[in-house]
Amino acid sequence: MERLARARLLVGTAAEGEALVSPEPLSFWGGYDHLTGEIIDRRHPLTGARAAGRILALPYARGSSTTTAVLLEAVRAGTAPAAILTTEADTFFALASIVAEEMYRKPFAVGVVESEGFARLRTGQWLRLEDDGTIYFVR
Amino acid sequence: MSLTLDDHDRALLDGEAGPASQQAMRILTRMGELFGAESMIDISRAHIDSSIYLGLAGLEFAERLADQGAKVAVPTTLNVSGLDEHGWQAWSVPPDWAENARRQMAAYVRMGCLPTWTCAPYQTEHAPSFGEQIAWGESNAIVYANSVLGARTERYPDFLDTCAALTGRVPAYGLHLEANRAGEILFPLTGLPEPLQHEDALYPVLGFFIGGAAGDRVPVIDGMETRPTDDQLKALGAAAASSGNVGLFHWVGVTPEASTREAAFHGRPPASTIMVSMDELRRAREHLVTARGGELDMVVLGSPHFSLNEFRALAPLLEGERRHPRVEFLVTTSRAAAHLARQAGLLDSFEAFGGRLTVDTCILASPMLPSNIRRLMTNSGKYAYYAPGMLNAEVAFGSLADCVRSAIEGRVVVDEALWNA
Repeated sequence: MERLARARLLVGTAAEGEALVSPEPLSFWGGYDHLTGEIIDRRHPLTGARAAGRILALPYARGSSTTTAVLLEAVRAGTAPAAILTTEADTFFALASIVAEEMYRKPFAVGVVESEGFARLRTGQWLRLEDDGTIYFVR
Repeated sequence: MSLTLDDHDRALLDGEAGPASQQAMRILTRMGELFGAESMIDISRAHIDSSIYLGLAGLEFAERLADQGAKVAVPTTLNVSGLDEHGWQAWSVPPDWAENARRQMAAYVRMGCLPTWTCAPYQTEHAPSFGEQIAWGESNAIVYANSVLGARTERYPDFLDTCAALTGRVPAYGLHLEANRAGEILFPLTGLPEPLQHEDALYPVLGFFIGGAAGDRVPVIDGMETRPTDDQLKALGAAAASSGNVGLFHWVGVTPEASTREAAFHGRPPASTIMVSMDELRRAREHLVTARGGELDMVVLGSPHFSLNEFRALAPLLEGERRHPRVEFLVTTSRAAAHLARQAGLLDSFEAFGGRLTVDTCILASPMLPSNIRRLMTNSGKYAYYAPGMLNAEVAFGSLADCVRSAIEGRVVVDEALWNA
């Protein structure tokens, strides 16, 4: 397995899944259907993609305060990403995972990746995020 | 440095005031530690965005707290809910959704929150003053409180706003701190024709552009001959907080922390400069619109919620006119603004025109629109930004006068002259 990047894990633990990567920030309110896990912001490059169970990599959360509420609904419905990686430490994603842990004992991993590492992430890569934040390219 | 707690914080964390404030303080201190806060500070008021009903998780969060006897520690206003509490039956809201949304509203009222149900709390008597430390959710309210009023709130996500309200305490980080309020990117306005500077339709487009270009950095606007109105600043902030992450902007000579360019940047040079000319604005406007011409199903105004002054601007445009029979003409607003508008006689021409009002919520927060509404027109950058994804509808954007003219004619009519100057 190739070591691809290193994340500073803010919340949650190890995760594994197919990467879904965009340089565009995303508001989950108006941008993420928590019933299906699909990205629905028609102006976003990932529109139409399903992020449920995947490792979603975005620079940060855009816009609406309701992003965290959409994510909590997604955790409850089983349609949340397995992990969210950002380039900036993002209070919205971290808070959503902390509340998911408080409410349902189901935090998702939230990590910050420096921009060189982020640039090596590609949609479709199968990634493993370890407890220590190391991100491996599996296949 | 680690997070220092005072005796009261520790007492809450130990559960001395009950399980609800214990959980709230646990979440707040965890956020403070993660994001480098050195201490907790008092807030004087809160605005809770978590009142919007999305599904069972948000409802469970609210009811669990209310059932534990949670009570807010500071005066707390409520954002829109998922429901026009007394008017939802006139629309297509499913009854089971209505019941859950109503329960969520009741849970926040049980916690002692004020039933304001508005995304424009800064246009009520609960607006904060300059320098006040507050904890507000709702992106457009955050940007208005910070930028136009000079109050200090971090960008509160849903649930953290509730935690702040229940404890009256927040981690000292982000936009609560003077050092993080400095401007970072300069946006000089060049060659904007004066008639356009007076036109409401400029402000959502300018906000949409600046939000997208600024991302999560603090923008500073400079160069304008006229002073924008409060409603124009509200429209700009709402659009900037939709297309970007803007929680604070400065406008030299307009907003209270930007008496000069130097003051806006705290004496440092801008990290970067992005010129704003008509070319950028025309492109931003193009990007905001997904419906070009054609028959209309609905005109919708009021995101953020329509103010008394906006009703005042609308009323004379409707005098003696009548909407096209196919076109719904909807204004979304707060109970308070609707009440004031009625008392001021501003709803007479509105009702004769065939207009309808929805309070407490909006078309994005409540599943109220029938499925045959496929093409909308609005003067709101926020509605225009979110409607295509959330409502699966096409959206046209125009000035208030364009919107009224289009409702009368039943098709999209936009005065292009303003933008082609």
